[in-house]
Amino acid sequence: MVVTGISGNLGRTLAKLLHREERIIGIDRRPFPGKPKDIELHQLDLRKRKAEDVFRRSPIKAVIHMGIMHDPRMNEEEHHSFNVVGTTRILEYCAKYNVRKVVVLSSANVYGPSPDNSNFLTEDAPLMAASRFSGVRDLIEVDMLAHGFFWRHPQIQTVILRPVHIVGPNIKNAPSNYLRLKRPWVVAGFDPMVQLIHVEDAARAMVEALRPEARGVYNVTGPGEVPLSAIFRELGTTTLPVPGPLIRPALATLFKYRLASFPPGEIDHIQFLCMVDGSRWVKDVGWKPKYSMRETIRSVIGE
Amino acid sequence: MLERVADRVKHRLKDWTLKMAGEGAETRIQAIARPENEYGVDPFGFNLDYALSAIAPLVWMYRHYFRVRTYGIEQVPPGRVLLIANHSGQLPWDGAMIGVAMLLEADPPRAIRSMIEKWAATLPYVSTFFSRVGQIVGTPENCRRLLEKDEAILVFPEGVRGITKLWPQRYQLQEFGLGFMRLALETKTPIVPVAVIGAEEQAPALLDIKPLARLLGMPAFPITPTGLPLPLPSRYHIHFGEPMRFSGRADDDDAELDKKVKQVKTTLQAMINEGLRERESVFF
Repeated sequence: MVVTGISGNLGRTLAKLLHREERIIGIDRRPFPGKPKDIELHQLDLRKRKAEDVFRRSPIKAVIHMGIMHDPRMNEEEHHSFNVVGTTRILEYCAKYNVRKVVVLSSANVYGPSPDNSNFLTEDAPLMAASRFSGVRDLIEVDMLAHGFFWRHPQIQTVILRPVHIVGPNIKNAPSNYLRLKRPWVVAGFDPMVQLIHVEDAARAMVEALRPEARGVYNVTGPGEVPLSAIFRELGTTTLPVPGPLIRPALATLFKYRLASFPPGEIDHIQFLCMVDGSRWVKDVGWKPKYSMRETIRSVIGE
Repeated sequence: MLERVADRVKHRLKDWTLKMAGEGAETRIQAIARPENEYGVDPFGFNLDYALSAIAPLVWMYRHYFRVRTYGIEQVPPGRVLLIANHSGQLPWDGAMIGVAMLLEADPPRAIRSMIEKWAATLPYVSTFFSRVGQIVGTPENCRRLLEKDEAILVFPEGVRGITKLWPQRYQLQEFGLGFMRLALETKTPIVPVAVIGAEEQAPALLDIKPLARLLGMPAFPITPTGLPLPLPSRYHIHFGEPMRFSGRADDDDAELDKKVKQVKTTLQAMINEGLRERESVFF
């Protein structure tokens, strides 16, 4: 079984869940400190020809593709090439070497927050994120590549997972970083409902996706939904309300001078709804998250 | 510190609501708390505790300002139901009064949901207030989901056309949307027509300055004698009609649906006319 992006936080969590039952071959550019001995790691770029050797050498039963990078500071071209070319290549190898199961990690962010959104978006909702926020365009493209692959290769069980915001003790993505801030900004007068999932639950979902009954696109939800303010109350954080018309220009300036790590487009997430309906996933695999809402929230600060 | 003050204010407001609601209201109302998570909210953001605090001024308006009278509220069936009402008065006081009526006068009390304008979701404070008191953006998916959970939903099929109409068009139903009928057929939901008498007089709009409305991104910019948002203290009469049940295919073409919608509209207009005839005074 091939796992791309195995050295990331989610990848390492997944590897620990799976390595005793499956023979795992990891592909990642980064090292994997503390890697279990039975995992074979190839430290290489997915876009390189050498990645194909992994498939050539031994028959691969399944591929879990998490090798998608999201870094607002990175050069856009490199970012795009890594994500999109990397995904194209890996899907190519899956078709060429008769891999039976392909699981691609996408995200519920692809729908994009908007005041027009229904409270719970289903899998067939349009992927609108790019229209407001170009930083997630790669993610949408990866999702659509996988979607196209799913239709073109009916003999391969393709699963595309769109989990809600993944949080956890060591997770360095935008939602976790934001929730860890000492004095985070909020948009004055806005308190959207949000959905979170614990990193371990997200990894468990990737494992569940290997089951034969899982096929197609799924939203994956965690223990439920809470107002943003309730999360900060739980964490004991005092927030700083900034009026709507000021917050984007202010953040844009801070981001430009590297005083903030969030691009202004992310503000939509703390102003409008972007919640999903995870019932299809619940029905098909009997999904139940392990962590409660409180545990999930508190995991951000390492509890 | 600020949080403690806010909590105390919230507590006071809640007590005030319950006091105005009358004897025994607390236990009756607490019983409608939806299955909530450990943070006191349902998946749509409704929070009973917050709602009871936030609606205190609305309950006061209901009791002492608009002095609302309701008729036939016992006809609202239990379980899923669509309340279809006429919309008027520039600001949605009519929706708020129907909501308070269902909470205080219906037995058992019901916390209704209404389908609000997408525009409201872009307004600071307003959007949060609506969400916590159980109101949600009016998309068909939201409505379907709530009906499937057996909720009572208030719909103004005239939408903005109704609430922003000018004084000469008072009590004349504007064009109805068809969406509610499609959802009623799809989810087999009974429809209860609700005629609101008195909301037109709260803010008679003499003209609508459209360019200014566009500039501010508002649906309308009405000029009223009192100036917005202050309504006049007209007395409200809310008439609940007999449930109407329709059968047929939800994916019929618009012409078929329109026939059914016309039936609802005719019934509602008749109820409005009847209510106007019965009314003895606008303000008393």
